[in-house]
Order: sequence, then structure tokens, then C-alpha cells
Amino acid sequence: MRTRLQNWIPKLVLAPSVAAMFFFVYGFILFTIYLSFTDSTILPSYGWVGWHNYLRLFQLPMWSTALENLMIFASLYIAISIAIGLGLAILLDQKIRSEGILRPIYLYPMALSFIVTGTAWKWLLDPGLGLQHTVQLWGWTNFRFGWIKNPHYAIYCVVIAAVWQTSGFVMAMFLAGLRGIDGEILKAAQMDGASNWSLYRRIIIPQLRPAFMSAIIILAFLAIKSYDLVVALTDGGPGWATQLPSTFMYSYTFTRDEMGTGAASAVVMLMMTAAIMIPYLYAELKEPK
Amino acid sequence: MRGLIGKALIAVAACGLSTSVASAAGSVEVLHFWTSGSEAAALNTLKQNLAAEGIGWKDMPVAGGGGGNAMTVLRAQVTAGNPPTAAQMLGYDILDWAQLGVLANLDDVAKAGHWDAVVPSAIQTFAKYQGHWIAAPVDVHSTNWVWANKQLLDSLGIAQPTTWDQFIAAMAKVKAAGKIPLAVGGQDWQEAVMFDSVVLSVGGTVLYKRAFYDLDPKALGSQQMIEAFRRMGELRSFVDPNFSGRDWNLATALVINGQAAFQMMGDWAKGEFLRAGKKPGVDFECFRTPGTAGDVTFNSDMFVMFKVGRAQRAAQDAMAKAVMSPSFQITFNTVKGSVPARTDVPDTAFDPCGRMAMAQLKAADEQGTLLGSMGEGSADRAAVEHAIFDVVTANFNGQYSAEQAAQELVKAVALAQ
Repeated sequence: MRTRLQNWIPKLVLAPSVAAMFFFVYGFILFTIYLSFTDSTILPSYGWVGWHNYLRLFQLPMWSTALENLMIFASLYIAISIAIGLGLAILLDQKIRSEGILRPIYLYPMALSFIVTGTAWKWLLDPGLGLQHTVQLWGWTNFRFGWIKNPHYAIYCVVIAAVWQTSGFVMAMFLAGLRGIDGEILKAAQMDGASNWSLYRRIIIPQLRPAFMSAIIILAFLAIKSYDLVVALTDGGPGWATQLPSTFMYSYTFTRDEMGTGAASAVVMLMMTAAIMIPYLYAELKEPK
Repeated sequence: MRGLIGKALIAVAACGLSTSVASAAGSVEVLHFWTSGSEAAALNTLKQNLAAEGIGWKDMPVAGGGGGNAMTVLRAQVTAGNPPTAAQMLGYDILDWAQLGVLANLDDVAKAGHWDAVVPSAIQTFAKYQGHWIAAPVDVHSTNWVWANKQLLDSLGIAQPTTWDQFIAAMAKVKAAGKIPLAVGGQDWQEAVMFDSVVLSVGGTVLYKRAFYDLDPKALGSQQMIEAFRRMGELRSFVDPNFSGRDWNLATALVINGQAAFQMMGDWAKGEFLRAGKKPGVDFECFRTPGTAGDVTFNSDMFVMFKVGRAQRAAQDAMAKAVMSPSFQITFNTVKGSVPARTDVPDTAFDPCGRMAMAQLKAADEQGTLLGSMGEGSADRAAVEHAIFDVVTANFNGQYSAEQAAQELVKAVALAQ
């Protein structure tokens, strides 16, 4: 009797939150999928239009720009954040004296919200106000850095701000990974005459595989859902040069009164996230056996 | 733990009670986005007028100039079955809401106040749905204005341009003098407001109506439309390199403090000049975009009335009546920089720009040249409007040439319908 009760209590206690989660997360995912096949405009409506919204979506030049931007942004953001994060982690791991002070300094940007980062970088990158202006005041009057105002380069400004925000966090992940490596192996390798370079290349970095995996997953996830950074930094501009799928989805659903198309774009984003998450979960859940 | 839940329940119940008390008879709940200083002050006079009649005012300001945030809040409220008494809206948004069948019928108030006779018919398009009044227009703005710094023009010996070529020549002169000829904020709607005027300057009301009202692909892809985009390119060459993302009032500030000569912007810009202590005709000039004299592209802010319970009907009608009263129309619009939404009020309280705007509004109404502004959501539904914005902004930012832009415009508009 007692044990049965003990078995049931956790389930009972968890039940409301599980039910709420199913309703508010999975329920609304299903609702969005349903809406993407309807003629919804200002408010949800239920006239079935089949694949119309998806066909429309892929004819919109702004959607292709958004997808293209996501590719550029995600690949550069992930690659650069990992490179800088790993570099910083390796340097911090050299048993230097003031690590305890340096580590939080690099980690600190992560504590800011993307809105703050976006606004601060908007000012820094503004040619009339920030970096360009300051350097020109210092005497280099030919210095030009107006990427944020150039439709072809503005997306790289988003990368710069995002990398600044997260590379410290990536560093912390790698640092944890580095600390987890068995010192005995390294000593053995050093005794065999391995140079520092090959030590890292052949022994340490391969052992960081789990850290790489987590970093890539988290960064990919942040890249797909990033919305606030773009809104604060460029608001999708100049023109619509820095629209991302997330900003596209918001503007179609809420300001353009095209909820059906907005829902279709949300479903495509869900598919993209799933394409990353499912293989990862599969690998993670399978391995222990 | 139990105490905490109990307290929480009491708090929730109290919230429920307080809202139901506030929305009881004799008060109106008003959702609006007039949150800037002068706008809020102007709206306050309406609140006082209603208070004099014993009607309470529950203010629901949602910041964000374009009203996008306000619409999101409104959507949530209406979906929840708890619409406000009135909401500030403009253009096609009103008709979209009317289509959903959630708006009130103001015919009785309108009949008593002879709204049909005093409100310009082009504006009635948005205040009526299927022949019934659904909204009370508060103001009329128009977008085909140019604002100029008079001292700067005088010092360069530039006379007020009356044709497009003179306008371009004037800007070239300003550029040669090392100043910014045209102050622009690079946000899609600001570029679209300029595009309104440019299309009118190229093809007049005929092209404007065929392109933006009828969405005729032949007009959208026509030689004239290519010419309009080419003119946008000309304007682009007179803009400072740091324009993108700038807010409209910062662009106005460039003209106010003499860094820039012209701004093509709706008459809300006048409010900024007046706030900076500038005098029309002395410090700044206002004139219609060269090539668009006689035409007025308007947008009209309205209080759209939602279907509310019987108990609140009286207060709602009183509010509609108060909004349309000549005295409120005058007080509000002198502060806001716009003109009254009825053509029978005296213009003595207005400045020269305002008087000019009132006379032009009346004339345009009579001649049928009063047109809904595409850039301000008064010519097309939101979906089409933004599709046009996309092309205009892509062209202005150098992604499309004039020919490509006209082609893309045809495609984008077709897709958005």
C-alpha cells in the first residue's frame, strides 16, 4: 500500500505541469501547424487552403533572404564562437595566476540580454557615433567602418555582436572540458616527446568531442531562435537585408495580418530545429547502452 | 503554503473585481498609441470633456508610434472576448476589424451630428462599413508634404521649388554647399511615404489610383512606375550615408537644426518644428511635394468603437460625440499638427501651414483628389501595403534597379492578394 502510494505521488505531483506543458507547448505546436494550412489573416480562421501558404512562402524574396541570412549567420556565428571560445579556454588553461578574475570577465557578456547587446553594438557600429567616428576623431580621417549601413555587410554586424555575447560562454564550456581531461595521459604524451601543438591537436581536442557537440547544439539553437538581437541591432534593415526567419515570422503574423503564412514559416523553422535536435537526441540517448 | 495559495486566490479575485468595477456603466476604456508628450496632452482634453459629462476614462496606452504593439494587444483582448470601448486605428486595419463583426454601430450619433455632411467622403471610406458608421475620425494627416529649413534655403538663394526638376536642382545646390539635401530615416514606412508623393508627381491621381487602389499589374509595372523608382533613386543620391534605421523625428531634427534642407514627411513632422520653438514661414517652410499640388494623400486616425455591453453604450456614444465636436477637433489638431476630420470648423486657431492644409483638404475632397496614403495604410490592406514597402525599401537601399523594382512590385503585389 505504502509503496504503491510512493509510486503514485511523484506522478500525481508532476501531472499538472506535464499536462500544462503538453497543452501549452505541444498543443500550440499542433495548432500552429494547423493554422499554416488555413486562410488566417488578423485572427485565426479555419478555411482550409492546403499547401498554399507554403507555396507562397517560398516565392517570397524576403523569405529566401531570411533563410540565406540564417545560413550565413549560423555558420559564422557557430564557427567563430567556437574558435574564440576554444582559444580563450586553452589560454586560460595555462595555469595563469589571475584566472579567477579573467574568467568572469569573459563570461560576463552572457549575463546581458540580447536586447542590451544589440543596442550597445548598434551605437558602437553606427558610423556617425561609434567606432568610425571615434577613430576619425583620433586622426585617422580616412577610416571607414559602415558595415551596419550596408545591405551586403549588415548581417556580419549581427555576427559580430552575437559572437561577442556568447564566445565567453563557449569558453566556459571548453574550460570545463579541458579540466576533465586526465593529466596522466598528457604527462605520458609529453614523456614520449609530443610537442605542445600535437598534444593539443591529437590528444586534447579530440577528447573535447562532447564539449564540441554541446557547444554546436546550443549555438545552433541560439542562432535559429535569435530575434531580439536583430530587432535591437538593425531591426531587419537596411531594407530587409538582415531579416531572419524569426523576424520574418513575427512580422508576417502580427504586423502584416498574414497569420497563415507566418504560421507556415514557423513550421519550417520547427522543421529546421528538429533536423538538428533529432539526430543529436538520438545519438545522446543511444550511446549509454 | 496553504496561506500563500489563499492569498494568491484573494489577489486574483480582487483583480477580477477591480476590473469589473472599472468597466461598469459611465466609463470608457480607450486603447491608443498616443504616448508622446504633445499627443498625450491633446488626448487629455478629450478625457476632461468626458469627465465634465460624468464619464470615466480608463486609459490603455500602448507605446510604439506605428501602433503595431497596440494592434497586438487589441488582438489578444478581442480574442479573449474583452474588447475595449474604443481603439485608435487608421486605414484598412479598421475595415479588417469591421469584417470580423466586432465593431459597434454609431449611426444614431452620426445622424444626430450630421457626420455624413461634414466628413470628407474619402475619409468616410474608413469610418463606415457597409453603410454604417463604425468609427469617429479624430484627425486628418497628409503625407505629400515637404518641410524645409528656411534659413538654409535663403542663405543658399534657393526659392521654393514648384516642379520636380526645380526640387532636384535645389537639392543639388544644397549638396554642393556641403549640407544634407534630404533628411530621410531609412525605415520602410518612411521610404513608402516618400514613394506616395513620387508616384503622384510622376503619374498624378490616375496612376496612383490604378497602382495602389486597383492594384492593376499594368500600372504597377508601367514605364511611369519605372520612372517613379528612378526618381526614388535620385532622392537616394541626396541622402546622407548614415540614414538607415533613423527615426523620422531624428530626420526632422536634422532639418530643424540646419544640417539638412528638406524632409519629405507627413505633417506630424510639423509638431517637431513647433516643439522646437520654430515658426512656420519664418524658420521653416511647408509645401506640397513638387508635382503633387492639388492632391492630398491622407491618413486619418480614428477611434474605432467596439461592440460593448448595453450598460456601456451610453458612454460609448457620448465619447463618439465628444470626439467629433468641433471644439475638440480644433484643440486636438492644433496640438497634433494635423487638421480636423470635418471640413466645417473655422481655421482661425491654426498656423499658416494648418490653414493651408485645411483649405487643400476641402478642395481635394471636392475635386476627388483626396487619396488614401499607401505609406500610411490607407490605400491597401496590410498584406499588400507591406509587400509594396518591401519593394520600395529594397530599391531605396540599392538591391533593385528601377526596372527590377517595377517587375518585383508586380510580383509582390500579386503574391500578397
